[in-house]
Amino acid sequence: MIGIENIIFLIVAAVGIGLFIWQIRKIRKNVLMGRDTELADNPSERINKTLLVAFGQQKMFKRMLPAVLHLFVYVGFIVINIEVLEILIDGIFGTHRVLGFVGPLYSGLMAVNEILAALVIVACAMFLWRRNVTKVPRLATGVEMRAWPKVDANIILVVEIVLMLALFVFNIADMKRVLLAGEEVVGAYPVSQLFVDIFGEDPEQLYIIAKVGWWFHILGILAFMNYLPSSKHFHIIMAFPNVYYSKLLPKGKFTTNPAITHEIKAMLDPSYQPPAPEVDAEGNPIMQRFGAKDVEDLTWKQLMDSYTCTECGRCTSVCPANLTGKLLSPRKIIMDTRDRMEEKGENPAIFAPNHYKEMGVERVETTEEKELLRGYITPEELWACTTCNACVESCPVNIDQVSTIMDLRRYLVLEESAAPASLNAMFTNIENNGAPWAFPASDRFNWADELYVPSKN
Amino acid sequence: MAEMAANGEEPEVLFWVGCAGAFDDRYKRVTRAFVQILEHVGVKYAVLGTEESCTGDPAKRAGNEFLFQMQAITNIEVLNAYNVKKIVTACPHCFNTIKNEYPDLGGNYEVIHHSTFLQQLINEGRVKVQGGEAFKGKRITFHDSCYLGRANDIYEAPRDVLAALDADLVEMKRSRANGLCCGAGGAQMFKEPEPGTKDVNVERTEEALATLGAGNGVIATACPFCMVMMNDGVKNKEQEESVKVFDIAELIAQAEGLTK
Repeated sequence: MIGIENIIFLIVAAVGIGLFIWQIRKIRKNVLMGRDTELADNPSERINKTLLVAFGQQKMFKRMLPAVLHLFVYVGFIVINIEVLEILIDGIFGTHRVLGFVGPLYSGLMAVNEILAALVIVACAMFLWRRNVTKVPRLATGVEMRAWPKVDANIILVVEIVLMLALFVFNIADMKRVLLAGEEVVGAYPVSQLFVDIFGEDPEQLYIIAKVGWWFHILGILAFMNYLPSSKHFHIIMAFPNVYYSKLLPKGKFTTNPAITHEIKAMLDPSYQPPAPEVDAEGNPIMQRFGAKDVEDLTWKQLMDSYTCTECGRCTSVCPANLTGKLLSPRKIIMDTRDRMEEKGENPAIFAPNHYKEMGVERVETTEEKELLRGYITPEELWACTTCNACVESCPVNIDQVSTIMDLRRYLVLEESAAPASLNAMFTNIENNGAPWAFPASDRFNWADELYVPSKN
Repeated sequence: MAEMAANGEEPEVLFWVGCAGAFDDRYKRVTRAFVQILEHVGVKYAVLGTEESCTGDPAKRAGNEFLFQMQAITNIEVLNAYNVKKIVTACPHCFNTIKNEYPDLGGNYEVIHHSTFLQQLINEGRVKVQGGEAFKGKRITFHDSCYLGRANDIYEAPRDVLAALDADLVEMKRSRANGLCCGAGGAQMFKEPEPGTKDVNVERTEEALATLGAGNGVIATACPFCMVMMNDGVKNKEQEESVKVFDIAELIAQAEGLTK
């Protein structure tokens, strides 16, 4: 029977989903502020990578305990979504456990669901413990771990626990009501069974409790979905495309700027004709900066990286610069990129996370002008990077922190000539004598002088 | 190389010496050790000598794409003029740059790192490592170079080479893909470290020393920059009497009785 309740539900669900789509469009627009880059090659390898790294959580398993806990929440999320589908159908059409017709399969699904929901609660509780009691360093420290990222993480965990509890409330009350009415219970509920008597025996009261649990669960899910774009938790969506579009080339291969190649070739050979520069809609040539000064100088993939980051800090915890007290934190580079993107582009969120001010002692001295370079990320951070790729290796969702660091460095050097003096000296040596040190090029073969080899004899 | 070309000969492989191999006093010994191995097994090789120039790696990592491409394009002209097909180098930075970044600029070669090259020579039986017993009971730990390891996924070749010695190989806690940088990459070699609480090479050396334990040991490297950093780290810890830093090529040359 479709009644007023179902119409209300339909409106609420439509508004929730519509609001979510509206937010996604804003995020898409922000990401597309970035430069174009071609990453559609080799789809089969990309799909494999997505299956292994994103679906299979391969890189999470470098650290066992969080990997297992995370797996509970991840599998729980996927399986419970099947029940959400049922809730949507039940809600709109006024049915009760509409998928129940599949019989034993439904029982199996509901049983797995209940066990996973219980595991989600356990895992989230342990995650809260790790963040707030044992204070795992990578989760609790770092200049980028300001008030908001910490609150955000706790909100996510508490909401997930509450949502699971609401699901149990519904299952328990519903099961008891059905049992009292002498009907057959549709599905199997191994966890709820243990608590089946906690809500008393009044059928009317049980009906209301079940309704409240049901509504709370689905409203909570719709609200949480709309919270995602404002939160690091958005990684549950972005992890998949981000891994799909990740770098397939060796980590050591850095990008080559073809504009510079043309310039050099024209310099070496006056007859060389560089291709005409690309033009914009009005026919004006597009002048691109060398390197990156602000978010629009980065590629859309680099911007996508920052929406994928869930601030786990694995990158920073393996960064040799960070480990030895330097200012650089790869996680901060990615979070700064996101905050700057939302400041400059559209604010995709219902509220703006980057409006939450810094807390604690700030060693990073930024300028008033809020461009990505200097306004958020300082040269001191950039120059501390050894390009060792430990951060890239450690990231469970294939974020490429080094590429962003390198593009910012390139801007410093190519557009501002603002390299540290010792590096400028190194450049001069290469220009003058073809080596980073000041040795005459004519001495390059001297190593062989002390060598006894037949050909030299 | 010029000599061979003049005689109409083509080498089996071009040995790219690299700036450290040509100018750094410590790494010149590695260059000589590797050349002695090449001579010993009769590989027909050539070097560019004074025609070689920096690959541009430090410029590129420091953000100077313009200078990098200048160097690369000039080197590619020289290499292509000699019709070079195969390049071996003892420097992971040169290796990475020529192998991964030169193709975009018209330089396509088969590039192998000396760890892989030595591994092949050992597998083919051309290097027998008969003096390997001299290493019996000696503890060796291999320090992964970022530009060999994570950058190019070469983890086993240097270990296989070391396994040919009769030594006691021990792994640091952070090894292979989880290896800790020596602190020199990304052009850090050519600048002072940014302000911090510790130098990266000291952090890494402490780990290596703890892994080797008391007594004599060897930190094996396969990169000129790692070698400098680890050497400095060992000196910083005043352990240079008991712990030596050697390149894998030097250890093989020693085992073959080619050097003392």
